Amino acid sequence: MKVKVNGNDQALDKSEVSVAELLAINSVEMPDMVSVQLNGEFVKKENYVNTYLNEADEIDFLYFMGGGRRSA
Amino acid sequence: MNFTGEQIERYSRHIILQDVGAQGQKKIMEGKVLIIGAGGLGAPAALYLAAAGVGTIGLVDGDQVDLTNLQRQVIHFTPDVGKPKVASAKEKIEQMNPDVQVVTYEEMATASNISGIIRDYDFIIDGTDNFPAKFLINDACVFGRKPFSHGGILRFDGQTMTYLPGEVCYRCVFKGSPPKNAVPACSQAGVLGAVAGMLGTIQAAEALKYFVGKGELLTNRLLVFNALKMNFRTVNIKRNKSCPVCGEKPTIVELFDEEQPVCDLRKEKE
Repeated sequence: MKVKVNGNDQALDKSEVSVAELLAINSVEMPDMVSVQLNGEFVKKENYVNTYLNEADEIDFLYFMGGGRRSA
Repeated sequence: MNFTGEQIERYSRHIILQDVGAQGQKKIMEGKVLIIGAGGLGAPAALYLAAAGVGTIGLVDGDQVDLTNLQRQVIHFTPDVGKPKVASAKEKIEQMNPDVQVVTYEEMATASNISGIIRDYDFIIDGTDNFPAKFLINDACVFGRKPFSHGGILRFDGQTMTYLPGEVCYRCVFKGSPPKNAVPACSQAGVLGAVAGMLGTIQAAEALKYFVGKGELLTNRLLVFNALKMNFRTVNIKRNKSCPVCGEKPTIVELFDEEQPVCDLRKEKE
């Protein structure tokens, strides 16, 4: 299955991949620091596990970013 | 407003721009911008807005200039260490462009003061360094129907979007502050100074475009960039029906203060 992650093509060797698994595959260490958009709709955090991807889906990981003065 | 001869000369590179012109420059000079946070993002934003001749620039910050600020907060100089940031920034703006009126608020933005401060301004720039302040600015601007520019930086990455009343807000994208244990520790954070400059400059450009009324703002889209790869991308975003502040069933109906874990590199090393 091929999907687009943050604008880049990504091939997945499994046919069933959830948003949670995709986060793990992409080594997103802290899923709490990410908002996930799937084909233009936000996925609620509680649905990461039971939301499965389809061929040609477009997924964006949007990261929380604070400032640079002390912590982010 | 009629330009003086000196103003025609000072702003000539704006005036000869077809999309700005004398009309656009006049709008810039009548504009009022509030910059919340006179730090990494606020410093470059303030410098470019001052140079552009923005009529009034408000500065909100309760901190003093610290030696660790100077790596990126380019409006503050070495002799300013220890001075209130708003006073240091005001001095530089006044030296750069006497056309600009500077109003300073030597305090942090809170749920109790923010609405009264933003009321007098046309456009707000979020130059803060923490999530509670970012959400507070968002909520105050949604409630007060004020356009604002969100900016966030981390290490070599930056992100920004421009809110206009009725359009996608910051909480549409990020519902609320991340859990405290998920926020990277200070020792893992840090930021390349020039990245702050890039982002604050984009925020200033958005404010100027807002006044001039030309082009497309970063509204309903989030610009994300990584300076290590020098990769820029905009992600289209739709309003979120379940947004806690502007969605169908808002759960946030008034402003509130959230606690921010204090993080100090010097203390961490001990």
